[in-house]
Amino acid sequence: MAAPHADQPSAAAGSARPASGAPLLELTGFSKSFGPFTALDAVSLTLRAGEIHALLGENGAGKSTLIKTMTGVVQRDAGVMRLEGVPVMPRSAGEATAAGLATVYQEVNLAPNLTVAQNLFLGRQPTFLGIVREREMRRRARAVLADFDLDIDVSAPLESYSVAIRHIVAIARAVDQSARVLILDEPTASLDAHEVEVLFAVMRKLAARGIGIIFVTHFLDQVYAICDRITVLRNGRLAGTGTIAEMPRMTLVRTMLGRELAEATAERHERADLSAAPELVRLEGFGKAGYVAPFDLTLRRGAVVGLAGLLGSGRTETARLVFGAERADSGSATLDGRPVALTGPREALTLGFGYCPEERKTEGIVADLTVRENIVLALQARRGVLKPLSRAEQDEIAKRFIRLLDIRPPDPERPIGLLSGGNQQKALLARWLATQPRLLILDEPTRGIDVGAHAEIIALIRTLCAEGMALLVVSSELEEIVTYADEVIVLRDRAHVASLTGAAITVPAILAAIAEDGEATANAA
Amino acid sequence: MTPASSSVSRLVPVAATTVVFLLGFLICALTFPNFASLRVVMNLLTDNAFLGIVAVGMTFVIISGGIDLSVGSVIGFSTIFLALAIERWGIPPFAAFALLLVICALFGAAMGAAIEFFALPPFIVTLAGMFLARGTAFLLSTDSIPITADLYGHLSDHAIRLSGGARLTVPAMAMLAVVAAGMVLLHLTRFGANVYALGGSRQSAGLMGISVGRTTVLIYTLSSVLAGLSGIVFSLYTSSGYSLSGVGVELDAIAAVVIGGTLLSGGYGFVFGTFVGVLIQGLIQTYINFDGTLSSWWAKIATGLLLFGFIGFQQFTLHMARRPRRRATTGSAAANAAGAAS
Repeated sequence: MAAPHADQPSAAAGSARPASGAPLLELTGFSKSFGPFTALDAVSLTLRAGEIHALLGENGAGKSTLIKTMTGVVQRDAGVMRLEGVPVMPRSAGEATAAGLATVYQEVNLAPNLTVAQNLFLGRQPTFLGIVREREMRRRARAVLADFDLDIDVSAPLESYSVAIRHIVAIARAVDQSARVLILDEPTASLDAHEVEVLFAVMRKLAARGIGIIFVTHFLDQVYAICDRITVLRNGRLAGTGTIAEMPRMTLVRTMLGRELAEATAERHERADLSAAPELVRLEGFGKAGYVAPFDLTLRRGAVVGLAGLLGSGRTETARLVFGAERADSGSATLDGRPVALTGPREALTLGFGYCPEERKTEGIVADLTVRENIVLALQARRGVLKPLSRAEQDEIAKRFIRLLDIRPPDPERPIGLLSGGNQQKALLARWLATQPRLLILDEPTRGIDVGAHAEIIALIRTLCAEGMALLVVSSELEEIVTYADEVIVLRDRAHVASLTGAAITVPAILAAIAEDGEATANAA
Repeated sequence: MTPASSSVSRLVPVAATTVVFLLGFLICALTFPNFASLRVVMNLLTDNAFLGIVAVGMTFVIISGGIDLSVGSVIGFSTIFLALAIERWGIPPFAAFALLLVICALFGAAMGAAIEFFALPPFIVTLAGMFLARGTAFLLSTDSIPITADLYGHLSDHAIRLSGGARLTVPAMAMLAVVAAGMVLLHLTRFGANVYALGGSRQSAGLMGISVGRTTVLIYTLSSVLAGLSGIVFSLYTSSGYSLSGVGVELDAIAAVVIGGTLLSGGYGFVFGTFVGVLIQGLIQTYINFDGTLSSWWAKIATGLLLFGFIGFQQFTLHMARRPRRRATTGSAAANAAGAAS
């Protein structure tokens, strides 16, 4: 993976890819305002053929707006875009695709109810006298996917396949429509390590064919693993651009944040041994058939238990069982030594549990309600309809948490759907903190949010334990878990397979536990 | 669950509807000795022709994630318009048919355009369309006007005679043709795939470069044109025009579509299921006619119960279809874990 990184700043020669000096896509002076808010301010970007170009920035830096203005989903106020020297100005996603500029979004924009073949060829199916030639379409679909080393039943509905496969189908569709520029908007956010490798292989293959790829991601490791060059946006402006050799990790982070980030993210804080701390919740033989195999789990006051494992290994499932969102069919639970029944979220709430789910958009926030309403939601639910919070109380709570968690913009009356991902996540945290829970369950608290908010949320997790709260955190970022967990439970194939405590908590140890037989994993840390 | 079996599972609701129809027919045949004849079947087609035609249009609308409440009123408008055009204004019947279908097409296109360009919910737009069409029908005339044109006598006499005194009438032929054409259009053309795509996700369909606006307008145009055609068939069937005809037919059509296994939230369904759904409703009515002692309102009650039953069944099959999918995810995760370990 080191070879392509030797590019010279001036010309992208020496790379294995056919990256020529002439730019494939050139943006200059892209600007866009929404009312008084400037989302993009004279941003420029140059993409060469065969190049994988990372587009980075914190939440709200303008990445999404840049992509939308490029592809015509949103009309730009000013700016010129040249594709191979020819000015193009698409006014819709369809026109952008026709011009050779295709986007694959994080939430794959395909029709899940249609077959894979229909998704690949929707709108351009081979027809004879107006009738779609189903057999021919399937044959072509198989041929297209074979190019991506994907051998699946193309006549099955897309929804029967994993997110990774849907991504590849979306990319295949774009490439097959003679895309010369491919924009991947956080494609890896919901993929596990293996799926990411598969996707990267596809990206390298496309780059080798001379397609220019703009890759938006929040995973810095991935940037250095696959990209040739980086463009960083901050507050709607171009903050920096260069090859990855010119932008080592620290420079990149500084460029993204505009300030120094405490280099704490990979260092473990030495902490007191908490194995003697008072028990809050003890689960024995807890599990559900076909969901998670029975496990034992002890949550102590002031301690963080991390759940690590691959996507789909049973991490989220464990969290849902503990909260009662999914009902266990075996085992027993005690709270402060007294037996309790975890039968549902309502009971969990009364017991003083809080749960921030992984799927912010579908399970967490109520997008049309304001930040204030979202924050007081759980507290109100806990108090019951008969004891409504007065408006003054609501305002007080909302203001306090907006200040405490630095939610931006600090406007409690703004619909939460308009906030960036990181700020939505903070508001969700605030919702549970407002109930003053004794146990807080966080599922991927840092997923899809930027580096700055990342660090803030990690710092917040530490503060919460210091205050005596018990935490159960699911995370796929091992470096992150290592920094704050007092105990790490490793899951594999829907079962708890290992428990690490104290000094044993290291990234290699977790990886070894995930891989069990101690062989070196594909993902060398 | 393999992906192949999940494509089979989409056929479950339609298969269930068909089984219910066959069972119902069996019960009727066992109860009434004369029931199991070609003649009864042909009458079933003739009597429900207008409903079948409208329901095909409704299938497109519902699969695309919409609803069309205006079709019953459009039928009423169509019959009174035809009666006046042919009897009072002296327009030749075929010219009147053509004119009517053009009016209906424009009406449907206008509703589709309103839904798309003002981003209005189809429920409200077509509700307005329902009042508009019914109101206009009353404005034309409040009387029931018999249609005496030669063509009408001709067309209602014209039928393919089958054994046992059974007759495949013009309305029945029209319905079968519409059902067949609807199946081709929905299942075999690009337009049909776009209809499903819209029902799956409007936003995605737009981002895939499908012209969402054009497709929406076409869907509602199709529905209104079929409602107009249904009005023509209805006027043939009754040889008259009356502004109150077709009241509540939109609801019967929606019921037929849902009983036929189409998901009311869009994205899934088949024209054939709708056809069987129409036949089931016709079968209930026929049973009551044969019995002779039951109030005809029992038909509504039976339809209501069936609707409940089918919606419950749909939820059940959806639930069953989703459960194994979760297990399938685990399987692939296990495979991935194995891949990462090696």
